[in-house]
Amino acid sequence: MKYLKSFGAFWYDFIIGDDWHVAALIVAGLALTALLTHAAHVNAWWLLPLVAFAALGWSLHRATDFRK
Amino acid sequence: MNALPLILTVFVACAVEAVEALTIVLATGITREWKSTFQGMAVALVVLAVITAAVGPAISYLPLTALRLVVGALLAIFGLQWLRKAVLRATGYKALHDEASAYLREVAAAKEAAVERRRGVSDWYSFTLAFKGVLLEGLEVVFIVITFGDNQKNIGAAVIGAAAAIIVVTLTGIAVRAPLTKVPENWMKFAVGVMLTSFGTFWGAEGAGVAWPGNDAALLVLVPVVALVAAGYIFWLRSRQGGAAAAPAKESEVVG
Repeated sequence: MKYLKSFGAFWYDFIIGDDWHVAALIVAGLALTALLTHAAHVNAWWLLPLVAFAALGWSLHRATDFRK
Repeated sequence: MNALPLILTVFVACAVEAVEALTIVLATGITREWKSTFQGMAVALVVLAVITAAVGPAISYLPLTALRLVVGALLAIFGLQWLRKAVLRATGYKALHDEASAYLREVAAAKEAAVERRRGVSDWYSFTLAFKGVLLEGLEVVFIVITFGDNQKNIGAAVIGAAAAIIVVTLTGIAVRAPLTKVPENWMKFAVGVMLTSFGTFWGAEGAGVAWPGNDAALLVLVPVVALVAAGYIFWLRSRQGGAAAAPAKESEVVG
């Protein structure tokens, strides 16, 4: 069990890293892009870069907001 | 796409990982014992070869759209992690990853640990430290080579970039017999973060079904835009620091 936990923690740290919100936003951005493209027939190439920039900015703001 | 940007991107990304692995191996080998350190390195390389042999061909069987969606998401997440760290380090919110101090920390820990013979290895501490260091950094190299190489259908070029980085860093390490402190590691990480985020966003969106204006040429716009936005965040955080009193380094140093 201990090895399983440390194995899971290793892969979590390797892929997700310090802030899981970034990973969640990218996955949500991809899902929304797919939805817009396939269901609404909008070529939403601009959406994922915007989500990535917003995710980075939000994560940096959370990491550096020392008033909390 | 021309193979040169692919080779250069993989070279820089893998050089950063190789520098970190070299620091651990040098600290262990010089302080403790080279034989067990080399054994740890060798076993880690065998494990990496097995992982590559298992994962590499499996990935190439995936349809390109699904591959680009999954790999694009992973690369974008990975790249944003690197960019986040590089921006925080550039603005002083996170301690710079200093190879000299990392080396001294490893040396101090290696001097304190007791010598223990286990499973035919004369110094188990040296073995495990070298094994973990090489495996962890090596996994990142494998991930970058497979994802970039497979997506561009040019694994050979990605392997050339990675091999060149490992050879250059190893030879330099052997020549100077010290951690490579002169490498501008944070700016290399910033550049790699920009490339991983750009390629990840590009492939991820393609996998989700979009058609980029200009096809592959969109990357020529996307890469500088990502770099500019990340640089903009550095200026934003620095100006915020200027407005407030000395900002504390909020995040402690971790490996990577």
